[in-house]
Amino acid sequence: MTTARIDARFAALKADSRAGFVAYVMAGDPSRDQSLDILRGLPAAGADIIELGFPFSDPMAEGPPIQRAALRGLRAGLTLKGTLDLARAFREGDDHTPLILMGYLNPIETYGYQAFARDAAASGVDGLIVVDCPPEEAGPLSDALDAAQVSLIRLATPTSDDARLKVIAERTSGFVYYVSVAGVTGVKEAQALSVAPAVERVRKASGLPVAVGFGVKTPERAAEIARVADAVVAGSVLVDEVAAALEANEPPAPRVLAKVRALAGAVRGARVTETV
Amino acid sequence: MNAILPNRYAMPDVEGRFGPYGGQFVAETLMPLIHELNAAYEAAKADPSFQAELDGFLTDYVGRPSPLYLAERLTAHYGAADIWFKRDELNHTGAHKINNCMGQILLAMRMGKTRIIAETGAGQHGVATATVCARFGLQCVVYMGATDVERQSPNVFRMKLLGAEVVPVTSGRATLKDAMNEAMRDWVTNVEDTYYLIGTAAGPHPYPAMVRDFQSVIGREVRASMLARKEKLPDACIAAIGGGSNAIGLFHPFIEDAGVRLIGIEAAGRGLDGPDHAASLQGGRPGVLHGNRTYLLQDDDGQILEGHSISAGLDYPGIGPEHAWLKDIGRAEYRAATDAEALEAFQLCSKLEGIIPALEPSHALARVGEIANEVGKGGDVVLNMCGRGDKDIFAVAKHLGVEL
Repeated sequence: MTTARIDARFAALKADSRAGFVAYVMAGDPSRDQSLDILRGLPAAGADIIELGFPFSDPMAEGPPIQRAALRGLRAGLTLKGTLDLARAFREGDDHTPLILMGYLNPIETYGYQAFARDAAASGVDGLIVVDCPPEEAGPLSDALDAAQVSLIRLATPTSDDARLKVIAERTSGFVYYVSVAGVTGVKEAQALSVAPAVERVRKASGLPVAVGFGVKTPERAAEIARVADAVVAGSVLVDEVAAALEANEPPAPRVLAKVRALAGAVRGARVTETV
Repeated sequence: MNAILPNRYAMPDVEGRFGPYGGQFVAETLMPLIHELNAAYEAAKADPSFQAELDGFLTDYVGRPSPLYLAERLTAHYGAADIWFKRDELNHTGAHKINNCMGQILLAMRMGKTRIIAETGAGQHGVATATVCARFGLQCVVYMGATDVERQSPNVFRMKLLGAEVVPVTSGRATLKDAMNEAMRDWVTNVEDTYYLIGTAAGPHPYPAMVRDFQSVIGREVRASMLARKEKLPDACIAAIGGGSNAIGLFHPFIEDAGVRLIGIEAAGRGLDGPDHAASLQGGRPGVLHGNRTYLLQDDDGQILEGHSISAGLDYPGIGPEHAWLKDIGRAEYRAATDAEALEAFQLCSKLEGIIPALEPSHALARVGEIANEVGKGGDVVLNMCGRGDKDIFAVAKHLGVEL
């Protein structure tokens, strides 16, 4: 029962009265082994949930940081199968942290929906986010994932009205990912003021926890979002640390994990600060 | 002959699918926008005043109808079926692209959009988009691969003269596919005021159907001209294929006429046996990219490969979903022509007919003799001359080792 990890984690966060921190990193960035080092360090650095991107040649919804991370992953030879191997290696040392794969549909089409769902579940993957597969196109993929008990996590956006949220909420589980800005990843900053009512609408429509991402760059912004959302996602700022480490000729894991500690710490402290 | 197919052809279905192809594979942010676009297009289609307005601009501004011309010397050269050119290169801006741009710009204005974005490869669609934006006073941003900006510099200058902003795209191999990615990123960022004017019959529904409908003026005119001149339909229609908009525009009005062969010519680049081509139907397999499921050039992991063609308008790793469907059901045939064959046909047509073709239709010209032979004497083959070669003379000179 792989979806249980996500539900258990959100239940624990609720019991702690705090938001979770979701860390997005790219598989194979900058190499298979270095990305495994990063993955293994994430839970201790404060990541409550991990989103593991699988590289795609044409990441249409990503800004430059994640585009570059995907290119580094592809240059390192990371295929979707390689990403599942990485997930399995991570899962061997951690049985609790929910692991969500995130990427684009074509590599999954190529792999085959059934085979992918089966292998993902066997690798300890709990959920899947597919950027270019809206509910209208997701039927066959949902069937395969349901059979393997892997959650298909949906995206809601500033353009989703109430009627659209109903469509989004069908056949989803785990949590809903609220894309807080209309745009690509890592460019515009989210406005906490407009995020709060949106999170409430998504929660109401889906009955699920809401994680907020896109445009979370600083601990201050992460804390603001953590006051209104169930979880805060950061990705571009983390993969940019990989780029900076490569430029400085340093190992990437310590830099990425330091950034995770800063952001996760801000998320953990956010609601406490508010009540003091 | 020319029997009507037993089942009337009514594609795509309500979900925008051509059999397993097509669909709406876009980021969630864009879903409400493409639903809005679909509703607006359906309303426009049902409104006679929209068609009347479009027809007016096609006549007075674009210069339609374009002639159907009997290419006598090329016909004599091959000594087989009569070869006709549908002269869409005589349109304002020199290619078929403006048929679609005029339709979409009128739709964008009906929708109250004020900023137009587009992708371009050879620059013909960019020029056509910049042209209609200038005509109607709308802001225009064109995304173009940096590689294409360099090899199509005359068209870049034209777009700038027309008031468009040309944004060179450096990601990937910096060609058409990457320009399309960047246009999608712009669209997802500017959801309120921006209209994405896609240049080929691909992308999320309703684009493949809408672009086809706007380009079908080509095939409707061919049909009327042929019936007027020969009191029969053509035996074969042939067109070059990149994304496939000029071909589907020519083919569509003949799909139910089983006696009319429909033949699309893909870019074989340096040869279909190697990796350097852009023949997604003959060298690719189905997958999902840029909003639709269709044939794609891709590796074993589902990563998209870069197409190659001497023609910047053809080197796209995908194909419109309706062509994917027509291939699978066997209604259209697909062949290919190499860079070298296209270059040869480019020169032959220039010398024999006094028409310098664009490199895109040069691919169709490279196969037209073969088709004329198959059809035989007394038959009629229509080739869509979808663009003129002025934009290509520098590239062709370079390939021929001539310094200008």
